[in-house]
Amino acid sequence: MTATIERGSATARVNPPAGAAAKTTKSGRPGGLLGSSNGKKAVMAVTGAILVLFLIVHMAGNLKSFFGAESFNAYAEFLRTTGEPILPRRVVLTVLEVVLVAAVGLHMWSAVSLARRARKARPVKYAAKRKSQAGGYAVHTMRYGGVIIALFVIWHLLDMTFGAVNPAGRDSTPYERLVQGFDPSRWWVTVFYVVAVIMVGLHLRHGLWSAFQTLGLAGGRSYRPLKGIAAAISVVLVLGFLTVPVAVMVGAIK
Amino acid sequence: MGMNLTLKVWRQKGPEDTGRMVTYRVEDVSPDMSFLEMLDVLNERLILEGDDPVAFDHDCREGICGMCGMVINGVAHGEQVATTTCQLHMRHFEDNAVITIEPWRAAPFPVVKDLVVDRSAFDRIIQAGGFVSVPAGSAPDAHSVPVKKVDADAAFDAATCIGCGACVAACPNGSASLFTAAKITHLSLLPQGQPERDSRAKAMVEQMDAEGFGGCTNTGECTAVCPKGIPLDTIAQMNRDYLKASK
Repeated sequence: MTATIERGSATARVNPPAGAAAKTTKSGRPGGLLGSSNGKKAVMAVTGAILVLFLIVHMAGNLKSFFGAESFNAYAEFLRTTGEPILPRRVVLTVLEVVLVAAVGLHMWSAVSLARRARKARPVKYAAKRKSQAGGYAVHTMRYGGVIIALFVIWHLLDMTFGAVNPAGRDSTPYERLVQGFDPSRWWVTVFYVVAVIMVGLHLRHGLWSAFQTLGLAGGRSYRPLKGIAAAISVVLVLGFLTVPVAVMVGAIK
Repeated sequence: MGMNLTLKVWRQKGPEDTGRMVTYRVEDVSPDMSFLEMLDVLNERLILEGDDPVAFDHDCREGICGMCGMVINGVAHGEQVATTTCQLHMRHFEDNAVITIEPWRAAPFPVVKDLVVDRSAFDRIIQAGGFVSVPAGSAPDAHSVPVKKVDADAAFDAATCIGCGACVAACPNGSASLFTAAKITHLSLLPQGQPERDSRAKAMVEQMDAEGFGGCTNTGECTAVCPKGIPLDTIAQMNRDYLKASK
């Protein structure tokens, strides 16, 4: 005689610990995918992947500045006219911008939510300085590095996209904003840029392979190549992003 | 020729007490003693002096039961790799060393007394789905359900988790991901675990969250201190199972 077991019947919810009610939504269901820590991590991984793809294209676009003002400005114009004539001007770019803003917003939402959860999970700190046993520097920069990157992005948009804080002003070409924005007299802007780009590199050094892990795509022998690829992409992006302001500083781009 | 040590130990009378670090001198400690035996020496003296002995969890003292565990100089189970506190020997410390001893620190692991914490949160995670529902009866033949060697090995590796809680203690986020992932992986790689695979992943992850553990940020601190060396890819397995079940 065999007993029949209804799928999932035995894995009922267990009572929450005393004094801590399980998190439920308004409908009374448990928090669901986006309420769970694993679900939030998945959101972070997917939105992070979108932003990495953006960074790669952004870096490649920046390097156009080495081919002169015409090439760089033409590329900027291409971003606005792409999709024409089927779609009106700037439709494709606007859609991409909406996707990017949503990705940044969700990435930050999951990060803040998980950081708050982590803080609540350890109310009493250790007296002895906790020694990192796993090693790795990048992983410890994720939270404050993310804040630096977010602040930089706000400045960067005001500077290079809207021209609000750029000496070239609002009615200027992207190339003018680039050259005047990284003028040696504005060295502090370049310093901020360099710090932020290095933070992006560290962020991706951990974040890239971490995204695969979070989505359950890593395992066993794939860790070494994944971490290697993460390091390689981080280095390429940092170098690619840093060459342009350095070239402006030394006068190679003018 | 024994060792002389200075211990800074967390003393807390009960769950409501605020607790504090207290310094003790322990003399003539044999390098062949285990860490717990060294604490036994301290406790014998404290009892003779009429003091309250330092409370700590321990049972088998063979590294397989998962009862012992304390944060030694900021590292769960001490700096010796793949070693429980009971299997950590005093020869790994220097003479006249100052050793800081603290309980696991996590909101879901409230301190009961001194170095003893309440780990029943782990029990509730297991209750939520860390089992297989099988028709009871006499044990089936060992070869009646074929299991691939690689799967059997990986499942066994995950099953060696002793539930000591060092992963939570070491994690900067106070996450129980390695523990929960080990239990999920152990069952999801075996044929017997398949009928409840989806509901298990969901129920155990939800219970883990409900207990107030933090989320995983893939720091790898858990694996590094795990006395059984549970690998990080169990967490990838848990994520895979959970996301698939949540579709």
